[in-house]
Amino acid sequence: MIHTPMDKIAKATPEPMARKVRGLSDRTIAWIFVAPSIFLLLAVNIFPLIWTIRLSFTNYKVNRPNREIDFVGLRNYERILTDSDTWMTMQATAHFLIWTIVLQVLIGFALAYLLNMKFKGNDMWTTIIVFPMMLSPAVVGNFWTFLYQPQIGLFNYVVTFFTGGDPSSFSMIGDVHLAPWAIVIADTWMWTPFVMLICLAGLRSIPDSIYEAAECDRASKWRQFWTITIPMALPFLMLAVLFRGIENFKMFDLVVQLTGGGPGNTTTLTSIDLKREAFEKWRTGYSSAYAVILFVTVFGLASIYVKALNKVKER
Amino acid sequence: MKTQLKLSVATAAVMAVSGAASAEDLTLCWASWDPANALIELSKDFEEKSGHTMNFEFVPWPNFADRMLNELNSGGKLCDLMIGDSQWIGGGAENGHYVKLNDFFDAEGITMDDFIPATVTGYAEWPKNTPNYWALPAFGDVVGWTYRKDWFERPELQAEFKEKYGRDLDVPNSLDELKDIAQFFQGRDIDGTTVYGAAIYTERGSEGITMGVTNALYNYGFEYGNPDSPYELDGFVNSEDAVAGLEFYKDLYDTATPPGSSNWYMGENIDAYKSGQVALQMNFAFIWPGVEADANVGGGKSGYFPNPAGPNGQFAQLGGQGISVVSYSDKQDAALEYIKWFAQPEIQSRWWELGGYSALKAVVEDPGFATSQPYAQTFLDSMAIVKDFWAEPAYAELLLAMQQRVHDYVIAGNGTAEEALNGLVDDWTETFEDEGKI
Repeated sequence: MIHTPMDKIAKATPEPMARKVRGLSDRTIAWIFVAPSIFLLLAVNIFPLIWTIRLSFTNYKVNRPNREIDFVGLRNYERILTDSDTWMTMQATAHFLIWTIVLQVLIGFALAYLLNMKFKGNDMWTTIIVFPMMLSPAVVGNFWTFLYQPQIGLFNYVVTFFTGGDPSSFSMIGDVHLAPWAIVIADTWMWTPFVMLICLAGLRSIPDSIYEAAECDRASKWRQFWTITIPMALPFLMLAVLFRGIENFKMFDLVVQLTGGGPGNTTTLTSIDLKREAFEKWRTGYSSAYAVILFVTVFGLASIYVKALNKVKER
Repeated sequence: MKTQLKLSVATAAVMAVSGAASAEDLTLCWASWDPANALIELSKDFEEKSGHTMNFEFVPWPNFADRMLNELNSGGKLCDLMIGDSQWIGGGAENGHYVKLNDFFDAEGITMDDFIPATVTGYAEWPKNTPNYWALPAFGDVVGWTYRKDWFERPELQAEFKEKYGRDLDVPNSLDELKDIAQFFQGRDIDGTTVYGAAIYTERGSEGITMGVTNALYNYGFEYGNPDSPYELDGFVNSEDAVAGLEFYKDLYDTATPPGSSNWYMGENIDAYKSGQVALQMNFAFIWPGVEADANVGGGKSGYFPNPAGPNGQFAQLGGQGISVVSYSDKQDAALEYIKWFAQPEIQSRWWELGGYSALKAVVEDPGFATSQPYAQTFLDSMAIVKDFWAEPAYAELLLAMQQRVHDYVIAGNGTAEEALNGLVDDWTETFEDEGKI
C-alpha cells in the first residue's frame, strides 16, 4: 500500500539504486545531501579567499601575464599600513560610517516612533518615506550632484533661504570641508527609511499589555519610553546598525557618482581605493593584501558586535 | 553549351557559398561619443563592399578604460577591432593584446608616412619612435579652446576690456592672456544671466584633471623626464617651471571657473558652454562639429583656438586613438580587411565629412581642408603642437597618481604645488621601480 509521498518516491526508485541506498548509513546519506552546498561554498567563497591570501604575498599583476611573479613576503601589507593615503581613506570611511549610522538611527527611529502612532494616512506616509531606498544608488548619486550644484541646485537654495547669502557662494562637493558631509547627507536621505522599517518592526513587536501595565503603575510617558520602548527595541536598533555598518563599509556607487572620491582624496572611501588599486592600477598582489586587511577588519568588528547583540537579546 | 551553362552555374554557386562562408560578424569596440555614431554611418560602406557585418560596442568615456582593459586583460573575444586610447598602446603591445601590423602594412602598401607624424607616434608606435606599429591612426584629437565669439565682439565688452587690460578682447596669445579673459567674464552679467570665465578639466575619477593640467604644465616647462635619461624624473617633473605651471592652473580654477565645477570633464564642459554659462571652454577637438551644429552657440557664434603658449613653449595635450586588431579575435583576417578599407584616402575623406578627425595627410593637407570647417585650421595648428601622457604598460598607475596629486592641490587646496609635484615624483619612481625600469 502506498500512503505517503515518501512511499511513492521509494517505490519509484529503481531496484539496483534502492539496493545501494539501503546499504548507506544515515550519516552518509546526510553527507550526500549536504555535499553540493559545501562544494559550492568552497568553490565560491573559501577558494577565492585562500587564493586572495596567497596572491597578497606576491607582486602579481593581472594585466601583465608575461611578467614573472615574485613572492614578496609581507611587503604589500607593510606598504599599505605605512601609506598615509591609506590612513586618509580609512579616516574618510570612519567619518562616513559613524555619521551615517548616527544620523540614520536617530532620524530612522524618530520616524518609526511617529509612524507607530495610529493616525490617518499612516500607510501612505510609510510608502512615501521608503521611496528613496527603492532607487538605485548610482541614480541617487547622480541626482544629488544636481541638487548640490551651486547655481541651479535646490540644496544650496534651501540652505541660503535660511542662512541668507548667495547660493553659489559654496559648493558641497567641491569644498574639502563640505564634501564629506555631502556624501553623508545623500546616504542618510537614501537609507534612513531602511533603518526606520527595522525600528518600526521592533516597535510593533512590543505588546500593548506592557504599556497598559505601566499605565496602571502610573509610569510617565517619558519613563515608559526609556524603560520599555528603548530596551525592547534595542535588538532591532542594533541589527539596523549592523546592516548599515556592513553596507556603508563597502559603499562605492553612490560616492563615486557624487564626488568621484574628491576633492583630492577627501571622499575616497576604502572600497573606492581598493577598486582603483585592483581594477584601474591592476596591482593584484597589493590589492589582495588590501582586501585581506579590510576583510579582517570588518569580520573582527562584526564578530564583536554580533556577540554584543546576542547578549542584548538574552537579557 | 549546356555543359558550359551547368559549369557556370556551379562555379557561381561555389563562389556564392565561399563568399557566404567568409562573411563575418565583426565587433568594433570604442568609446560612446559623437564620432562613434559617425563611424557607424561610415562603416555601412564597408559592410556593403565586403559582405561582413559590423557590430559596435560603445562604452561611455568614464567607464571606457575600465571596461575595455578588463576585456583585453581577460583575453576576451568580444572585440575584433579596438579603437583604444593612445596610452594603451604600450600595454597593448607588451601584454600581447594587439596584433603587430608591420607585415600587414607592408603587404597592403599602407605606409605610416602618409599619416600626421604626431598621430603615428601617439597612436601606433611601441616602443615610441621605433617603426613597430600596433594600430592605424584612426581619430586625431587634441585639447583646444572654444570661445563665445558673439560675446567677444560686443562693443561695450571690447571697450571695457581694452580699458582694463590695454589690449583688444580677442583670441589669447598666451596662457596669461587667457586667464585675463576668463577672469574678465567671471561673474559677469550678460543678457540678465550671470556667466563665468572658463570651463576647464577638473574631473577626479578617471583622467580628466590630468588631461587638463598638462596643457598648462607643458607650456611652463614640465617634462616627463630627462630627455637623455627617460626615467630620471627629479628636476623635470617637479622643476620650478612645472611648479609655476601647476600654480597657474590652480589660479585659473580658483578665479575664473564656474562655482561647483570641481569634478568636470568633457560632458560637463560641453553642457556649461552650450547652456551659456561660460565664455571659454577647454575640450578635445571632437566636440567642435557638435558646437557648430548647436542652436544656441553654433552657426558662427563660437570660435576656436589652439592652447595658447606659456613662458616655455606652446604645446597641447594629445587625445585621439588608433585602431588595432585584437589578438584574441578569431576573425583577424576580416578585421584586417576593415583596417585596409579604413586606410583608403576616399574613406578617410568621407570620415572627415561625417565628423571624424582623419589623421591622413592626404585629407588634412588638401588645399580645401583648412576652410572646410570653421575649426579645421585650429585642428591643424593644434595637431602640430601635441604632447602625450605616458604610454607605458603601467600608464594607469602613473595616471591615477597624477590625478590624485593634482586634484589634491588644485581642487582640494591641500599643500603647495611643489609638494604635489614632489609627491608625484615619488609615486612615479615607485611605479618604475616596480616595473623594473629603474
